[in-house]
Amino acid sequence: MKIKSKIKSAIVAALALAVTGSITPGCNGNSGKESSSDSTSSTTSTNGDDKTLLGAGSTFVYPLFSKQFSEYNKLNGLKINYQSIGSGGGILQLTNKTVDFGDSDAPLTEEQAQKMGVPALHIPMCSGAVVISYNLPEVKDTLKLNPEVLADIFLGKITKWNDAKISAINTGVKLPATAIVIAHRSDGSGTTNIFTDYLSKINDEWKTKVGKGTAVNWPQGLGGKGNEGVAGLVKQTPGGIGYIELAYAIQNKMSFAKIQNKSGNYITPDIASTSAASNVQLPADSKIFLGNTDAANGYPISGFTWALIYKEQNYSSRSQERAQNLVKLLSWNIHDGQQYCEGLHYAPLSPAAVSIAEAILKSATFDGKPIL
Amino acid sequence: MNVWKSIKIKRSFRQIKMEKFFKGSLVLIALSILVLVIAFLFTLIVQSLPSIKALGISFLFGKTWDPVANVYGTYPFLLGTLLTSFLALLISIPFSFSIAIFLGEYYPRGWFSEFLKNSIDLIAAVPSVIYGFWGLFVLAPLVRSLELKLGVTPYGIGIFTSALILAIMIIPYAASLGREMIRMVPSSLKEAAYSLGATRFEVIRNVILPYSKSGLFAGVLLSLGRALGETMAVTMVIGNTSIIPKSIFDPGNTMASVIANEFTEAASSLYLSSLIELGLVLFLVTVIINLIGKRIIKRFTAD
Repeated sequence: MKIKSKIKSAIVAALALAVTGSITPGCNGNSGKESSSDSTSSTTSTNGDDKTLLGAGSTFVYPLFSKQFSEYNKLNGLKINYQSIGSGGGILQLTNKTVDFGDSDAPLTEEQAQKMGVPALHIPMCSGAVVISYNLPEVKDTLKLNPEVLADIFLGKITKWNDAKISAINTGVKLPATAIVIAHRSDGSGTTNIFTDYLSKINDEWKTKVGKGTAVNWPQGLGGKGNEGVAGLVKQTPGGIGYIELAYAIQNKMSFAKIQNKSGNYITPDIASTSAASNVQLPADSKIFLGNTDAANGYPISGFTWALIYKEQNYSSRSQERAQNLVKLLSWNIHDGQQYCEGLHYAPLSPAAVSIAEAILKSATFDGKPIL
Repeated sequence: MNVWKSIKIKRSFRQIKMEKFFKGSLVLIALSILVLVIAFLFTLIVQSLPSIKALGISFLFGKTWDPVANVYGTYPFLLGTLLTSFLALLISIPFSFSIAIFLGEYYPRGWFSEFLKNSIDLIAAVPSVIYGFWGLFVLAPLVRSLELKLGVTPYGIGIFTSALILAIMIIPYAASLGREMIRMVPSSLKEAAYSLGATRFEVIRNVILPYSKSGLFAGVLLSLGRALGETMAVTMVIGNTSIIPKSIFDPGNTMASVIANEFTEAASSLYLSSLIELGLVLFLVTVIINLIGKRIIKRFTAD
């Protein structure tokens, strides 16, 4: 009897534990995040290792960051642990204060900024272009596309490659009567955000019907997961067209179109024309989508990726040394670190972008005093 | 005498203690699984409350999934999940039952039988992403040439391709269980049938299949569960579009692949909550299908 009652009480205790355990994080959905921030902020401060910085965010910038951080480690002995979990995840981790910096391919939305509560700085790290890749084995010349045609294709209004609108801007190119098969990203992605932002800027119908975002309700086409998924669809489907990151398209030797920019020039996407796109009058907080740039020699579909840090660096009992290490690292990234961009097919910051980034970094404070 | 008696009492007391302890721990472990499932359900419900409040029943029957406008309807994905899973089941059943009968009745022993059995079990052990790649690069072009012959839009990927991939992936579940069931048919029954002059086919049809049907159906149910939840392989070959498919050759999307695709970059809280509600719907669909299956099995065995 004794044993039985013991077992009974053990079961009851286990049940109670399990139930409360499952309820507490569930019941207060939001505070669950806050409580995790408490525990982790203590880990960042108690591990006391100011020689290791933590970052998380965009997968797009990851190859560049790995290279830059390993070079910086050789120079200064500072270790940086960057997890490429996606922009949204990076923002969430920064909000929870589990990392020193985040990285996002889009500026914070109002909802995200509100959740953070305190001001965060956006520091441009480099820029990337989104290219329009196509699969027309018969066509040897590089195809030209203008904004109107591009939007009509993705809206499903132009359905054949030999459409009069496409031939009109590609004089001398013999286009086949193949059906156009659109490929887009199926996963939420900064690449989609840059591309749909561009389409919203140049086409009112797109703006009202579809809009812009990391994932949208595509009127047409097939979805592929990641750049490799879209590239795979385009490569496999005769008549396929899709948007891919420049670096991925170059590495995989895919053919991509010249796009007409705001000034009327047809621009081949490459590192120089992508950098040129950001060499314009930038807002003081650098929060701008570069799509449809004013620069005459700039490729029109591109965007920054931003490192995100808190403006006031004295939070959750961080040391001043840690804050200094962080700001110095980012400052190195936008100056000396830029030399590693081209080798990895990223577009370095334009002179205009570097000066804005520097000004933003200088506004970071510790206890109200500037760090740099 | 007395000493022996006391030892005996002591021993049996220890044995009883052990018995009770063993039984108690079994109960505890079984209950903890139950608690875990309830906790899953609870978490899913609580986290999807914002979207349930905002969207209500339109979440289930809405036909648009538009994260930009914050409009979420799962109908196309629900349809995609059910369509791919049942189509896959339809394709796989002839194969898995044939394998089960072949290995259970015709060649239950021998090196060839062992080899075949192991290779079929291996199908279940291959990671699903490999099926996805194979589907995308080998199966999709084949389906595309088939579609060209049929005169439908040659996407190559879509509901049909996903169902084919799923069918291959779920064959071993029904086949293995079916094989065990068929081997368990008492030989006295079979011999009785033979002695009455039945042919082998007649024995299979009139003795083996009726005897093992509940087990065969349980295997089918297991495969269906696997097909409903499969994510990676499907998302690579289904085409991931939220447009409602008009034929089985059209691209579509399933609930599991939408969650896997969009969860990482879901920025707004309603978006995130809708994705969790999608998980809840998938959970409930699986539960409902399982309950229906259990009823059918029960009716089979009651006959």
